[in-house]
Parts: sequence; structure tokens; C-alpha cells
Amino acid sequence: MINQEKLDTILTRYEASSANLIPVLQDIQDEFNYLPKDELKLVAGKLQVPLTQVYSVATFFKMFSLEPKGRHQIRVCLGTACHLRGGQRLVETVSRRLGVETGHATQDLQFSLETVGCLGSCAQAPLMMIDDKYFGRMAVDKVPKILKPYKNQDQD
Amino acid sequence: MPKFETISQLEEYRRRLLAQRDAQAPQVLVCGGPGCLPMGSEEVAAAFQQELKQRGLAAKVILKESGCQGLCARAVKVMLRPREITYQQVTPEDVPEIVEETLVKGKILERLCYQADDGAVKAKKSEIPFYQGQHPLVLGKMDLIDPTSLDDYLAAGGYRAIPHIFGKMSPEAVIDVVERSGLRGRGGGGFPTGRKWRLCRQVPGDVKYLICNGDEGDPGAFMDRAVMEGDPHAVLEGMIIGGYAIGANQGFIYVRHEYPLAVKRLSLAIDQARASGLLGADLLGSGFNFDVKISKGAGAFVCGEETALIASMEGNIGEPRNRPPFPAQHGLWGKPTVINNVESWANVPEIINQGPEWYAAIGTDKSKGTKVFSLVGAVNNTGLVEVPMGTTLRQMVYELGGGIRGGGDFKAVQTGGPSGGCIPKQYLDLPVDYDSLQSVGSIMGSGGMIVMDEHSCMVDVARYFMSFLNDESCGKCTPCREGTKHLLEILTAITKGEGQEEHLALMEELCVTMKDASLCGLGQSAANPVLSTLKYFREEYEAHILQKKCPALVCRPLLKYTIDPETCTGCLACVRECPADAIRGEAGEPQELDQALCVKCGMCHAMCKFDAVKVES
Repeated sequence: MINQEKLDTILTRYEASSANLIPVLQDIQDEFNYLPKDELKLVAGKLQVPLTQVYSVATFFKMFSLEPKGRHQIRVCLGTACHLRGGQRLVETVSRRLGVETGHATQDLQFSLETVGCLGSCAQAPLMMIDDKYFGRMAVDKVPKILKPYKNQDQD
Repeated sequence: MPKFETISQLEEYRRRLLAQRDAQAPQVLVCGGPGCLPMGSEEVAAAFQQELKQRGLAAKVILKESGCQGLCARAVKVMLRPREITYQQVTPEDVPEIVEETLVKGKILERLCYQADDGAVKAKKSEIPFYQGQHPLVLGKMDLIDPTSLDDYLAAGGYRAIPHIFGKMSPEAVIDVVERSGLRGRGGGGFPTGRKWRLCRQVPGDVKYLICNGDEGDPGAFMDRAVMEGDPHAVLEGMIIGGYAIGANQGFIYVRHEYPLAVKRLSLAIDQARASGLLGADLLGSGFNFDVKISKGAGAFVCGEETALIASMEGNIGEPRNRPPFPAQHGLWGKPTVINNVESWANVPEIINQGPEWYAAIGTDKSKGTKVFSLVGAVNNTGLVEVPMGTTLRQMVYELGGGIRGGGDFKAVQTGGPSGGCIPKQYLDLPVDYDSLQSVGSIMGSGGMIVMDEHSCMVDVARYFMSFLNDESCGKCTPCREGTKHLLEILTAITKGEGQEEHLALMEELCVTMKDASLCGLGQSAANPVLSTLKYFREEYEAHILQKKCPALVCRPLLKYTIDPETCTGCLACVRECPADAIRGEAGEPQELDQALCVKCGMCHAMCKFDAVKVES
């Protein structure tokens, strides 16, 4: 089911040119939380870009997702400083706590979990972000308390 | 804020602004930089706002959230002007006391000040060793201004370079100044900025573009983020000068999407500059038109490479192409385009203000000026530092950085991100500049400086970077696509204890091929982390291969965890977190770890508060 209204609002912001493909996809990603297939077909037509190019761009860049992301996006930093200070163990802890694999969303679409090359707060490693909020100097035993306010009311 | 139509209107406004401002008025600057934000700086600022309001001081004390104040290890930092008192590790609970004791009574709270090793209290910024030896030029306005205020930037001398050039200097003269200053690209390559501008200027054509590369992708580097968030107008000012010099009327700032605050601050700065006539048509009556747009990256490390960046701005995937032609000749949409990194642009206004000779007097023979480094990892004083080129690694690690955390031993410093290398102890006295770093197998890169101690395994570090590069390789050229994949396979095997002696020579061969044959900088430099660790830390590779041991106790498959029955209290913290249900025992009794089930994740070790989980290799 195409959400024509939302899509039109996005498309009116840009000239119909292939140069605007990435900004349009970024707005769709932000608005829909993923890139829905039917919308992508319309974007290809509107910007006069082959659908193959839309697909290649949509799968090349990390911020795009072809499957719906969760309401809350958890990004665990695996930059050098975070790697050295236990970033990997932090990802594993979050993954296990939420029962979700890295790169995917929980079944109830409450969370999605990703790793990031660097979040740019290296002095506070290891670091994670939930939506726009940063959590520095993380430790595995802090994870449950941090996740709690973001959880669905009906969950534990 | 009026719209300035002439230079004299701008200068008149600045004069009035400075006359209105009382330099002795009390100011509270809460650091909102990349280091303090994750540690609760917004909550501290909110606490100040509430406290000042409650006590009727809101009109008397100026409260600001500043950019990065440098010493991230002591977040959240608060600077009290005009006395330059620097409070550290401030929490919202400290705020009422700061207001009462320091702002009202003028007393210094020693417990919030930096303390030297001998216990001496250092209340002022200039007394703290971390800041001594620094030469803040790009970071100079960070703890003075509110980055969302154009007035603050103007009051601090911002947009002073524009009146220097309009009507007084020809574009060629501006290029000449930048060239004579010796400024080299701060993004990693170190290409002379003035020469790049001249090349672009000389290419015929009416339409030229200028791009600020804010796609800071090197893990471990965050100086560009700090500048974009903390002093966005400095970037714009540099770009206006660059646009004038090369003859471009349109500039772009390419920011990675992982930096949402940088996008927000730059967007605001652009709006402010447009509204006040500092961007747009006929800037300050000069006849020069210039505007800037933001282009958001979509998450690809390779887009830091200039031709890949351009490809993605044109709506394609971020694949680099062969150079020449260089972007200065054939860039965005086929037009001559100058691309410089954030820190390079931010250097430009001061070069114009103070002159090329002044700038060239800072630094070394071939690397002029200052460089911002993000000093992180195993040092006490982590944070952003700006030092003259030629400062030694030892000065940075031991004087500014305050030595190794926990009193451990320095093992290596990693510079240049995934394109750089690990520099061992014997080069601690190396003066850091573009050429010296290359001579020891690393590069300057964008300025990441990750210090490592004996708890870091150099084979694991090489594997980490190769995994990053394998993931980020765009796949266009075979040497990089296949090289990173096979190097990662070999390094993974070694960290699992499945390495063979001949692997070392095979890796060296692969590295040389990648260096020679890859299309862009990503592949050409991808070998550096492997080659440098092989060269300086070969014995660690050999320990993994021959003895199947990881001396730094990092590589999981080579570790063995046990629980010491003498110290285990039976609190069950480890049992609850063990993903493999490998720990058994009664509550209150010593636990036992089943080696057959153990997946060696180290979770029990991380959870144990009694140091009862032992690890060996």
C-alpha cells in the first residue's frame, strides 16, 4: 500500500534530477523508517533514474534499509577506541538482551540494532547511541538499565 | 541581526557589539563537545539554567553551551569566565554549589579542579598541563563562543578575513598567500592547499565548485566533528575565501549522517550567514556571489575519497575513479572542483588574518602550522589537542596525555585510521608531521591518535582494521576487494590459533600488490596496519602462530577462563550473563566453569566484581 501523500511531500522538496536520488532516499528512510519497494519504483520514475540504480544506491550505503527498522535505533560504536575497550562485548550483550541480530529489528519492531564504524566520541569509549542520545563509558552491566525506558510498556 | 550590504556595515556592527559587551561579565560555558555530550552536558546546562533563574541571576550571568573544551577525559567540563576557572567532571548536583560558592562568593571549589600528580590544585586552564604546549588555532574559539550565535563568532573576531580580501586582494593574491603559508590538506593526503586552488583557478570555465569534506570516517578521529559542531562559521568563512580565490559561486559541505548535530549546527550557521548577507548574491557589496549547501552522506567510508564523494553527490554509489583527471580539473558534474577537509578550511581565515609568514613560522620544514589530534585510547588525558607540527609523540602521550592509564607500559600509537599504522616505542621521540609518519610506515590521516598499552593485541588490531576495510571496500577494483578479503581470512585464522608460518610472507605479498595496484587511497593504504604490525610486532604474530598464545589476552579462541574458588563469592552475577550456561554452582558457593561449554566471550570476567574470574592464554 503506497503512502502517496507522504511520498509526494518528500518529492516536492526536490527537483526531478538524478542528483537528488540520495537526498530523496534519505528523506524516505527518515519518514518511513525503511525504503519500501513500491515507493522506490515511483521514485525511479519521478527522478528518471533506472530502478537498478535506485537499488544499487539503496543497498550500497549503510543508512538505507530495505526492511523496516525498529522504533528505537540502537547504534553500538565499533571504532578503534571502542573496539579496544570492549565494544564487541557490548554489541553481544545488547543483542542477547533484546534477542536481535546485529543489522536487524526486534519482532515487535521496538528496536533495531546496528554497529557503526565510529560515532566520534572516542574519548568516552565504549559508546552507544539510542536514537539521538549518546551513552558514554559503557559497561555490559549498565545495558539493562539503559534499555529499560525504551522498552514497550507491556514488556518486562 | 541586520543584513550587511557593505564591509563598513559589518565592521560597524562588530564595533557596537563589542562596546555593548562587558568582558568582565560572569560567564558560564558548559562544554557541549563530542566528549561531554555523552556524559550528560545537556543536563548540566539545564541545571545551571534552572539554578540561575531560581536565584534571580539569569540576567547577570551569561550561560552558554560551548564547543569542545578539549580534555574529554574530565567530562563534563565547565569554564567560568572571565577568570578562566575550569571545573571538571561536573554533574547537575554540583551546580547549586558552583553558583553559590564561585559565582556569588568568588571562591574556587578545589574538588572540581584539575589536580596535578603532586596534589597541587590547578584551577585555571593555563595551569593545566594538558593545555600547555598546545597551540590552539583551529580550536581557538571553542571555549569562547556559543556555536549557535553569529554574534559570538563576530565578537571573537570572526569574518574578519573577508574585509581583508574583498576589494583589497585579487583572487590570485589570496591563492598566493595560502600557497606561501605552506598549508597542506588536513584530511590525510597532505596535498598543498594553495597549489590545489591554483590548479582549479587555472582551468578554464565559468562554473566551478568547492566542497568541504566533512565525511570524517576514520575510526578514532573526531576533530572535524568538533569543529563543525563547535565553530561552524569558521568553516563557512574559509569556504567563502576559497570560493573567491578559485572563482566558485557554489560550495557544498558533505557531512556524514552519523553526525546529526554537525548537520544541525552547520544548517543554522548557513541560515544566519544568508540572513546577514555573508552568503548569497553580491557579498558585502563586493560583486562576488557565493552560497553553500549541505549534502548529507549516507554511510560509506570510501566516500571520504574525493572522487567517490563526488560520485555520491551526483546520485551514484560511492565508487572512486582513476585520477587524473583530478577533481580540480574535472570534478562535480564535470566542473573544476576543489575539495578540502573541514580542518583545512578552518585554518584559512587565520592565515589571511595573520599572514602567510606567521603561519609558516609554526611547524616543521615541510609541514606548516598546527594539527588537531584526537588523543584517545590508553592515556590518562584523552581529548582533542592542537599542537604545532613537529611535536613529538612522547610530548603528546606523556606531557599532554598525562601518560598511560593505570601506570601501564606504552606499546604503540596508531595514527591515520585504517590507512595508517602502529608506531612502536622506539619512535616516541619522532616529531610528528606528514613526512615523518610516512617514514615509519604510518600516515597523518585526519589526526586520530590511538594510544595502546600491553592490553592491546597487535594482531587483533590488524584484524580489526582489515575487517573494517573489507566491509568498506566498495568492490570496484580487484586488488582491494579480494586483497582485504583474503588478508582478513588469514588474520582471523591467526587470531584463532590456526595460523601457519608461511602466512606472514603471504600477507606481505598481498600487501605489496594492494599498495601497487589498488584504484584509490583506501586500497593503496589498506596494507599499512598489517605491514606496520608485522614489521614492529612480529613476535606477537609468532606467538599466535607457533605457541597458539595471545600475550595481550585479547584473541578469544586462544584464551582460557577459570573461576578461582578462593575468591568467588557465589554472587551469580556471571551466571546470569553467561550466554552459554557454562557456569554452575549454588548461590553463595564458589562457581565452576565448564570448559567444554565456554565460548570465551569474557562476559563473566567483565561482570565479576571480585576479580575471581581468571584469564590466561
